[in-house]
Amino acid sequence: MAVKPLQVNLVVRSRSSWQDRVSGFVTVVLAGMMALFLIIPFIALIWRAITLEGSLLASTLSIFSAVMLSLGTTSVTMLLILLLGTPLAYILARYQFPVKRLLTIFIEIPIVMPPVVAGLALLAAFGRRGLLGMPLANLNITITFTIIAVILAQLFTSSPFYIRAAQSRFESLPRTYEDAAAVDGASRWVTFWRVILPQSTQTLLAGLILSWARALGEFGATILFAGNLQGRTQTMPLLVYSALERDLRVTYVTALILLGLAIVAFTLTRWLTGVESD
Amino acid sequence: MKSKWLFILLLIIALSGCKGGQTASDGQQDLTVFAASSLTDAFNDLAEAFQAQNEGVKVVLNFAGSSQLAAQLIEGAAADIFASANPTQMQNVIDDGRISAGSEVLFVTNRLTVIIPADNPAGIGSFEDLAQADVQLVLAVEGVPVRQYTDEIASAMPADFKEGFYDNLVSEEDNVRQVAAKVALGEADAGIIYTSDVTPDIAKKVQQIAIPDAQNVTATYPIAPLGDAAHADTAQRFIDFILSDEGQSILSTWGFGPPPNN
Repeated sequence: MAVKPLQVNLVVRSRSSWQDRVSGFVTVVLAGMMALFLIIPFIALIWRAITLEGSLLASTLSIFSAVMLSLGTTSVTMLLILLLGTPLAYILARYQFPVKRLLTIFIEIPIVMPPVVAGLALLAAFGRRGLLGMPLANLNITITFTIIAVILAQLFTSSPFYIRAAQSRFESLPRTYEDAAAVDGASRWVTFWRVILPQSTQTLLAGLILSWARALGEFGATILFAGNLQGRTQTMPLLVYSALERDLRVTYVTALILLGLAIVAFTLTRWLTGVESD
Repeated sequence: MKSKWLFILLLIIALSGCKGGQTASDGQQDLTVFAASSLTDAFNDLAEAFQAQNEGVKVVLNFAGSSQLAAQLIEGAAADIFASANPTQMQNVIDDGRISAGSEVLFVTNRLTVIIPADNPAGIGSFEDLAQADVQLVLAVEGVPVRQYTDEIASAMPADFKEGFYDNLVSEEDNVRQVAAKVALGEADAGIIYTSDVTPDIAKKVQQIAIPDAQNVTATYPIAPLGDAAHADTAQRFIDFILSDEGQSILSTWGFGPPPNN
């Protein structure tokens, strides 16, 4: 008699497990397709890069100058982001003022804006016939086609990542920190350097690395606003694009360097954000 | 039950996917033409005229720098026709085997010209002025035919011109239309493009400085069907149409000259 309920149980279980198996199978197939789609291009890129024939000696100059230019300009951009972005993030986190919400929207738009539109906007502002560019041109200062344009394009498209990270970290720190420090007679300035900043180093660094990765990959705004000239404005992504029609090896090697740097940046941010949330 | 319906749905999607791939619906032919960006306006007109005479044919145009197009074709891009702005890039595709040697014909010629913004900020009055100090010069990037022709002209000039000329280079654009755009925007002081690139729209924003005949070169444009063209017959008909009097007159309205053998 004890057998019967067991049988019922089995039937129910086998029916549900048949459904489970089908839906499980479908889920795995769909997930697998998505995952393969994301993975295969990387494998193909690496495979193409290592199987290309011929020597790179003739073209190392263009790769070297693009790498140096990319590292140099992104370093300057990161310094500018730290110097100008940190105070902005702090003000947004700690003060209330009339146009704050509007300002926040403008700061975050570059994150979702197509880079080529950013380039057009920069051209409209800093180009020789631009809003600010025209008075500058009258002073004989031209920004378009210079290394300054490269840096401005990077600053415009990448700083929001840092500012957003910094702002949300500052917001998460209780105001009592500043209040307690003020009771002890510390100025806001000292409090920021001694209390707020040490509490935020990892998040700020993670945000900065994210900005750096974005700046390093900047293409659309740069090619439109800064042009494309080896040694002056041709950063690594521009070289990947330009060399495609001239020398495939240069394209693939530069692409691999960019991919490697992106992986380093990603690992660092993951590690840093992981450390802080512990 | 849900998973069953999902399964059926997937099956339908999969089956319809298999069907749609090869043949275009209702017998329409898509003729894919890869053409140098200097041909943009002329080929748009040619395609329109050809479509009007050939029902069921749709000419799909892909414009870019010839070197970029050649790179895409060598990488295996599907196309029926390649129209290059110089024989070099055509030869690259022939060497790769996607176009059979001898199937290419020269169909049009072009000349080079200097353009400057209408207000001429650098005060350029002649071709030689391009070498004077503080001129923001924009050229196409190496490998693009117009750059090759430009380098040809520059190499015939005196050494001090060459030096000043290349020192003034501030950007290398990936196709000739980008060069025209940078000058029309007023960002560059001068650029070198084809006479056919001075379209009515561009002409409003720029001035032309003629390159003296003694220095100027004639650009020759070859066209050929791809060896593995999906619509070989239609491709040949389109090429014949371009070579016909009607095709040539469309090309000449956009500033192109007749091919050298005529």
